[in-house]
Amino acid sequence: MEQEFQRSNTFWNRVGTRLCMTTTYSVAGILAAILFYLAWKGIGRLSIGFFLDSPIDLGREGGVFPILVSTLLLAAVALAIAVPLGVGTAVYLTEYTKESWVTMLIRFGAECLAGIPSIIFGLFGFILFVVTLGMGWSILSGALTLACMVLPTIIRTSEEAIKAVPASIRQVGFSLGATKSQVIWHIVLPQSRSGIITGIILALGRVMGETACVIFTTGISMEMPSSLFDSARSMAVHFYILAREGISMDMANTTALALVFMILLVNLGATILFGRRYSR
Amino acid sequence: MSRDDRKPDAATVLETHPPMPGAPATAKDLSRREKIIQQILSLTAFSAVFILGLIIIFVFKAGIPLIYKVGLREFLIGTAWSPTQGEFGILAMIVGTLEVTFGALLIGVPLSLLTAIHLSEFATQSTKSVMKPLIELLAAIPSVVFGFLGVVILVPFIRETFGGTGFSVLSAATVLGVMILPTIISISFDSLQAVPQAYREGALALGATPWQMVVRVIVPAARSGIITAIVLGMGRAMGETMAVIMVAGNAVVIPTSPLHPCRTLTSNIALEMAYASGDHQKALFATGVVLFVMIFLLNVLATALMKRK
Repeated sequence: MEQEFQRSNTFWNRVGTRLCMTTTYSVAGILAAILFYLAWKGIGRLSIGFFLDSPIDLGREGGVFPILVSTLLLAAVALAIAVPLGVGTAVYLTEYTKESWVTMLIRFGAECLAGIPSIIFGLFGFILFVVTLGMGWSILSGALTLACMVLPTIIRTSEEAIKAVPASIRQVGFSLGATKSQVIWHIVLPQSRSGIITGIILALGRVMGETACVIFTTGISMEMPSSLFDSARSMAVHFYILAREGISMDMANTTALALVFMILLVNLGATILFGRRYSR
Repeated sequence: MSRDDRKPDAATVLETHPPMPGAPATAKDLSRREKIIQQILSLTAFSAVFILGLIIIFVFKAGIPLIYKVGLREFLIGTAWSPTQGEFGILAMIVGTLEVTFGALLIGVPLSLLTAIHLSEFATQSTKSVMKPLIELLAAIPSVVFGFLGVVILVPFIRETFGGTGFSVLSAATVLGVMILPTIISISFDSLQAVPQAYREGALALGATPWQMVVRVIVPAARSGIITAIVLGMGRAMGETMAVIMVAGNAVVIPTSPLHPCRTLTSNIALEMAYASGDHQKALFATGVVLFVMIFLLNVLATALMKRK
């Protein structure tokens, strides 16, 4: 009887642990399959020319140069807006306040913002920046919308990084007569730099891959933008249009590979440089 | 003669001998600067709350009037959606969203929990160090790419295996199920890791097998974190747009089988926003309001659960 009991225990133990292991490898397998599929389908047309040529015939031929430039511009402007706000919020939350209803309100706001779907950011950006403020479909409208979207990511990662700086290092600064802002600027921020940069890189990846909210705020013009007030098309939007309207499956495959490759490179860079894990 | 008369105060000195450019600031200057910096930082700190407020104001202002005009009941439980004829019922989209979301959870939750358990409790260090960055990469792949892969791989597969067009609730749920893996894995992994080592030792010392330890001790102890992970994954699935548009078929009908096409709230907005105007556009904003309220409630739930931990 007891033997049977024990045997059943061992049996379920084996089933359970093996099930966990198999699932883990399947998840890894799914990801590997996705990457291999993208590489296999897209590698044929990928060349330096693809990145440096202008699209011809709606993107059936040629490359993605103006689209690449627009994507980078969008990302740069969005981060230029979101990073100071996000890091500033993180510094305020960690260095200037005790836990109170004010910090709870700020954290709750950031949490809610993080949960809002990108399509709602798209609606918001459209009605506020494009229509009400009269910026039209432009890189600026898109970048402002994206900045709102990635703000919570930057707040969360920066806050974690700043919290990880030991209090003793701050006290050394104060004991040398430094003011609070000097301690933050010369000691805390440099110490938490790697975490903050990881957050920025994460945000960069999200901005580059975003479609739903960019399409409503930046438009779909394929021309090279001459200013921030021009409509433009990001890589992800270009890929969506190529695939959805069936313009060219070859080019869609290539664009997908290029986009994923760029984003993975950015993320891999962050992982290798700083070796920090992140969620979401 | 008192000492004060001989020694001029700081203000007089500053007036008669202004500091050279680049000279060290006086204590007074410094404290004023500190105050200004603190004020600027406190302003930036409210940016997230401010943006949240703006989103609520602008999206609701554009959407609520139409809900009033149609009537909340009609809007939520009406099944006819022909915005050019003035019929605005989004029940089919609400049902579609719920079906796709729960389908995604059915597929995603078991996979991610088992993976998180393996990584946290059984995996060797080397497996962990390979798997964790891989899962993070999965999170970085843009949603349009998932949708595209769904169209070229999953949709034909479902068409050939189960019949129908392949553009279906099942395709959308499967794509979303894969997309929410990283969210659920990483948050539940964290909460499993947060369970004290003593619990494991205690369970094993009482003669539990490793599997019994996981099922009876570790998972119950990490319960609130795991539920939070699932709720956040649910929010992500509910809010996903581009991937769903590409594989769900987008027909405005209440799907009664996993193989039927469906339209979600998010895809309703994205599909028609490009050409909508007037009441039609307002109806899309109203759809956004409904989606926002659903997601907001989920977030409140997640925050409440996290606090209980």
